[in-house]
Amino acid sequence: MRRQTKSLSSKFLRGLNFFLLIVFAFLCVYPLYFIFINSISGADAVVRGVYILPEDFSLEFYKSLLQMPNIPNSIVVSVARTVLGTALTVICSSFLGYMVTQSELPLRKWVYRFVVATMYFNAGLIPWYILMVNLGLKNNFLLYILPSAVGAYYVVLSKTYIESIPASVEESAKIDGAGVLTIYARLILPMSMPIIACLIVFCAVNQWNAWSDNFYLVSDPKLSTLQYQLYMNLANESSNVTNTTSSSSLLRSKATTELGLRYALSMLTVLPIIMVYPFMQKYFVKGIMLGAVKG
Amino acid sequence: MSTGSYSISQPKGAKPFWTARRQTGLKMFLLVLPMLALVFVFSYLPLLGWCYAFADYVPGRSIFALDYVGLTYFKMMFSGVGYFPTVMRNTLVLSLAGILLSPLPAILAIMVTQLSGGWTGRFQKTIQTATSLPNFISWVLVYSLFFALFNTSNGAVNQILLSLGLIEKPTNILINADLAWAFQICISVWKNSGWNAIIYFAAITGIDQELYDAADVDGAGTFQKILHVTVPGLMSTFFVLLLMSIANMLSNGFEQYYVFQNALTMNKLEVLDTYIYKIGLSNLQFSLSTAMGIFKSLVSIVLLTLANLASKAIRGESIF
Repeated sequence: MRRQTKSLSSKFLRGLNFFLLIVFAFLCVYPLYFIFINSISGADAVVRGVYILPEDFSLEFYKSLLQMPNIPNSIVVSVARTVLGTALTVICSSFLGYMVTQSELPLRKWVYRFVVATMYFNAGLIPWYILMVNLGLKNNFLLYILPSAVGAYYVVLSKTYIESIPASVEESAKIDGAGVLTIYARLILPMSMPIIACLIVFCAVNQWNAWSDNFYLVSDPKLSTLQYQLYMNLANESSNVTNTTSSSSLLRSKATTELGLRYALSMLTVLPIIMVYPFMQKYFVKGIMLGAVKG
Repeated sequence: MSTGSYSISQPKGAKPFWTARRQTGLKMFLLVLPMLALVFVFSYLPLLGWCYAFADYVPGRSIFALDYVGLTYFKMMFSGVGYFPTVMRNTLVLSLAGILLSPLPAILAIMVTQLSGGWTGRFQKTIQTATSLPNFISWVLVYSLFFALFNTSNGAVNQILLSLGLIEKPTNILINADLAWAFQICISVWKNSGWNAIIYFAAITGIDQELYDAADVDGAGTFQKILHVTVPGLMSTFFVLLLMSIANMLSNGFEQYYVFQNALTMNKLEVLDTYIYKIGLSNLQFSLSTAMGIFKSLVSIVLLTLANLASKAIRGESIF
């Protein structure tokens, strides 16, 4: 008898737990879904409100978005900074991570500390800003990729992983007379693919999502990123967030178009992430686990 | 290979200085040098700019030719006039709320692991993926999402509240100063919990299964197993993360609060990171802004050191 009540209450708790989690998961996904269904609906439907399924399917908002002056160019900039920035960071960080595992490297403990220490201090915005200006990185594409070329955390992750590769593999290659670069490119890089994949995913998401460097230091519209375009769009809108009651029909329809454009622009900035995220999740998890081991 | 021929020309009997090992070492050092140079330029060189906090900054003049004014700007910062006290209040309130809510990801992780087995098991992965998704979207986009959901004309939230009769006319929470803190805290929870839970999943996976088996033998129920096996198993991870968030107390991050600020919520959402930006790059008070940056860095380093000492004292191991 007692056993039965217990299993009943445990069934109830199991159901409650499941229910709460589903609600939270729904809350995490629905905002994106809401923007998505609105962005592919017709303008009239958007005014009425689209909440569950897209209505009057139309790609009108996307078409007008691509005709906006800075958008196609900012897509190119965002893709370029993501691809180049990720490649540079992954190669520099993993190579440095490999080098600090090599006992031949002079001062290797100090080299490692020199890099890792940068995780724990920050000079602050203004000193950084003035230095970037002095280095000529203001309104310069290199601003997006050079400062992040060596990520201390990525060096730590690579080093930790490479240390777990059996030393005998490398030694036999060394005996065969292979140089450091050859061993790195032919042996270490392929063998540390799990961690490389993880670094690629981390860096690419960071690069794609970054906008504050653009915001602080790049005013040239030719170098503006997609995230920054979205920010500008929202910032213009926010200035009239406090008086949303204006309502001549002309203003309304203009507002609707702008709303639809913003939905489409939002989708554009998140699309790459949504598309790769489910496949990349295991690499994120691997990365965070390796990081957790390290503290 | 000039170094190679040099080593051969050493007098016989003396050990050559340029051994093969040293040659490889030199080569390696030259290879890492460009990367170390990048680290130096982008992480260490900005520290020189701390001089600006002690001088009247004049654009274009070298740091050796500035008029040094001692601690004037630090005194100005702490004088209590202006916005600084409000900014510190907001920064600390929002950080403390984050620290108080730090068990949430652990709870989420425990809840998700409880799904395993039975009919709920196959949802485990989906829920994990769905809840960690918000972590990967930019703050600009987060703002765009919430702006769309809460707007007064056709935002989903207002429509639901209206149709349920909970409110009589549309209300926009984005411009509500009374709810500004609570709203930002909810958004942080929404964005970070799922991702932070993954660290706890890793920790739960690491708990010895025999402990659970032993608890089964002792007749422990689900709750007792969570309380006496899982929770103690998560404590050390929780502790490390807690100390890190205490050390980062003054860094709420620029992006979140900058995008969500507006004229009506400014008084509640101006935090140190956004204020440093405004004083520096909008008002062009470079020296004062640098002084605030230094204050922030020093507090964070002191807290980090203290956290590490605390960790050594309590758990017998440092967190780094």
